[in-house]
Amino acid sequence: MAMPAVTDRTYLRVRADMPPGHVRTPAYLRGKTGWVERDLGVFPNPEDLAYRHKGRMIPLLRVRFAMKDVWGSAAERPDDTIDAEIYAHWLEPAEAPHAP
Amino acid sequence: MPHDHHPHRPDDDHALTYAQQMEIAVRELLIAKGVTTAAEITAQIAAMDARSPANGAAVVARAWTDRDFRAALLEDAAEASRAMGFDLGPLRLIAVENTAEVHNVIVCTLCSCYPRNLLGLPPDWYKSRAYRSRTVKEPRKVLSEFGLHLPEDVQVRVHDSTADMRYIVIPQRPAGTDGWSAKDLAALVTRDSMIGTAQAKAPPVL
Repeated sequence: MAMPAVTDRTYLRVRADMPPGHVRTPAYLRGKTGWVERDLGVFPNPEDLAYRHKGRMIPLLRVRFAMKDVWGSAAERPDDTIDAEIYAHWLEPAEAPHAP
Repeated sequence: MPHDHHPHRPDDDHALTYAQQMEIAVRELLIAKGVTTAAEITAQIAAMDARSPANGAAVVARAWTDRDFRAALLEDAAEASRAMGFDLGPLRLIAVENTAEVHNVIVCTLCSCYPRNLLGLPPDWYKSRAYRSRTVKEPRKVLSEFGLHLPEDVQVRVHDSTADMRYIVIPQRPAGTDGWSAKDLAALVTRDSMIGTAQAKAPPVL
C-alpha cells in the first residue's frame, strides 16, 4: 500500500489512559500520535471478550507511527515506522505531531 | 557421538503447575462428557505440527512469479493463500512486501501472535521478552544481531501484531533467479525471511 502524502494523512492520538484489566493497546503507544494506514473493519472488543462478555463490535485501524513520535530523541532512526492495530475507542483526533 | 560429550537436558521431574493440572482436568472432562475424543485431540496436534514455513514459502514464491497472485496476496493474504489450498481456519493475514526502499519486520509486543495457521509454530526467540521489547525500539540493532545489516537509505517498518491481524513478510526476490520455477524459488524462502529478520537466501553459486 502506498504511503499517503503527508498532507492527506488522518492523524490520531492513542488515549493516554492506563485502565486495569485486559487491554490490547500497547502501553508504549499510549499518548502517541500516528496516522491511519488502513481501516480493517469492525471486530469484537477484546476488552469484553476477555471477561466472557459479548464483544461490542468496534472499528479496528492500523495506525502508523514515526519512531521519532514514539521514542522522541531516543529514536534509533526518526523516520522508521511502527504499525499497530488499535481499536477506535482508543483513538482521538489529533494534529500532525510535526509540521509536514 | 559418545553419550558423555553433550549436555544432558534435565528430566522434567517437577510437580505439575496450576495450568498443567487445569489442562489435564479440562481435557479429561471434555473426553468423559463426550465433547471430544483423545484421538481428535491427537489429530489436531498433528495437524498443527504439520504446518510449516514451507507453506509460506510456497505463497511467497508464487507471489514472485505470478503478478496477479501477488496483487491478490497484497489485497487479502488470507484469501489468496486459501485459494492456493491452504487450510488457514479463521486466520486474518496481511502480507507486507520488502522493496529496495522498505524493509518490514514482524513482532508481537503483547504476547506472541504469529501466523501459525500458515507457518506453524513460531521460533522460541520470537516469544522472548528481548525480541518483543527491543524490536519496536531499536529494530536495526536487533536485525544486525540476526546478521541482517540494512543499507542506510532503506526505511524499516516494524509491524506490531496487537490485535486480530497476523503478518507475513514477502522478502525481496534474490538476484540471479531469473527464470526459476516457483518450486525452486520456494527453497530460498526461509522462516526468518517471512518474519523479516533475514533476507531470502541467495541462490547457490554454481
